[in-house]
Amino acid sequence: MKKHRPFWALWGGPIVMGVLTTTGLITALVSDTWGDWWSWVGLGIPVAVMCWYGRPRAPGPTPPAQNPRAGVER
Amino acid sequence: MLSPTALRRWSWTHKWSSLVCTVFMLLLCITGLPLIFHHEIGHLLGTEVEAPAMPANTPRASLDQVLATAKALHPDRVVQFASHAEDDDNVWFVTLTPTPAPTDDFRSVAVDARTAQVLAQPRFDEGFMYVMFKLHVDLFAGLPGKLFMGFMGLLLLVAIVTGVVLYAPFMRKLAFGEVRRDRSTRVKWLDLHNLLGIVTLVWAFVVGGTGMINTWADLLIKYWQHDQLSVLLKPYEGQPIVPVAERGPLQQALEAAQAQAPGTKLSFIAFPGTAFSSPHHNTFFLRGNEPLTSKLLQPVLVDARTAQVTASPQLPWYLTALLVSQPLHFGDYGGMPMKILWALLDIATIMVLGSGLYLWLRKGLQAASPATPTAGSVTGGFAGSALPTSGAARSTEGAA
Repeated sequence: MKKHRPFWALWGGPIVMGVLTTTGLITALVSDTWGDWWSWVGLGIPVAVMCWYGRPRAPGPTPPAQNPRAGVER
Repeated sequence: MLSPTALRRWSWTHKWSSLVCTVFMLLLCITGLPLIFHHEIGHLLGTEVEAPAMPANTPRASLDQVLATAKALHPDRVVQFASHAEDDDNVWFVTLTPTPAPTDDFRSVAVDARTAQVLAQPRFDEGFMYVMFKLHVDLFAGLPGKLFMGFMGLLLLVAIVTGVVLYAPFMRKLAFGEVRRDRSTRVKWLDLHNLLGIVTLVWAFVVGGTGMINTWADLLIKYWQHDQLSVLLKPYEGQPIVPVAERGPLQQALEAAQAQAPGTKLSFIAFPGTAFSSPHHNTFFLRGNEPLTSKLLQPVLVDARTAQVTASPQLPWYLTALLVSQPLHFGDYGGMPMKILWALLDIATIMVLGSGLYLWLRKGLQAASPATPTAGSVTGGFAGSALPTSGAARSTEGAA
């Protein structure tokens, strides 16, 4: 029961998202060229990640046409 | 790993800090959405003032003429501030109020910087955007409203930090971004709450934190006057506000201020007795030309009678922090793509708030039904049986 997940498996995603956002927020403050471009990447990727994982779809990790019951038994 | 007691405490803090501020945060997110695009909306509505095109070398009218034009329209008022339009220094905006004291009763006159002719008399104190702005900033309740909103912002920061702590126990058996759609609607929304919450974490923390700092702006400026200006103003002690008739030429004062800080642009002028100046000075706030320095201001105090520079004090750290926190709150420093991303992150935050509220309401319904097992009691009553580490939950079941 007390088996811990490796740190990176749990926090890797959140840390990457946080670093992207932080750098994006800062670079646009200091540069109006590359800084702005990076801010669009740094803020854009987290937005894309939310859209991808949060996109409306039928239950199950695989497309419902292939395996509508996938994941139910977990 | 969190002990069951610690988990319960973090959960309690997360639940109550967020519940108290949720309604206000929803209001802030919703009113903030149009404010991100206030410039574009102004253009669309035609309320944005634009100066007619003239050759670039057209001579500019003197500042004294510009103010005379504005004052002629409102002879019973005093000039508090004058500033250039955000992206066009061919337009002067002159703000007139009954007295130099801070007030919501103001009139604005837009004057052409070359001809000193009136361009428009925009009303910034009415209409849809004004209502959005006031609801966002102070709930129409002035400084107490601002400080109240600032406190709600502080609660949001607490809710964010406690939310991060709770992320671990909830996500221990789930992959990043996993949304369990094969379980109940509640589990799906819990997973979405965790996903959107953890991804918007840094953004929400920065926008919430800088928003809170902005609510202190009035106080910080008052403190600045007390802390720094009062020393500079010692020689003037006991003198009343310099009467308008005894004031020196403003154009000369403007030129003296700009000579003091070459390579800067004027942001705004605060006239004697107003919140941003002293009773004896016209204070010129100049900003730099670099992306970062353009957000910072260099005040130059020019004696209102003699038009000579009195001092050009370095802005203290707390006002620098306030000025840097403004773009970070507004999202207006990275072009249109950044504004769109700002709006999308704002919408994601609305979903985090809404799903949090939903999860709490659903829990309330479940608790009311005796048939439902209360495995969630350990998590302070908002996570329920969706907590993947049910072992820990079971060991303390019924304790709460």
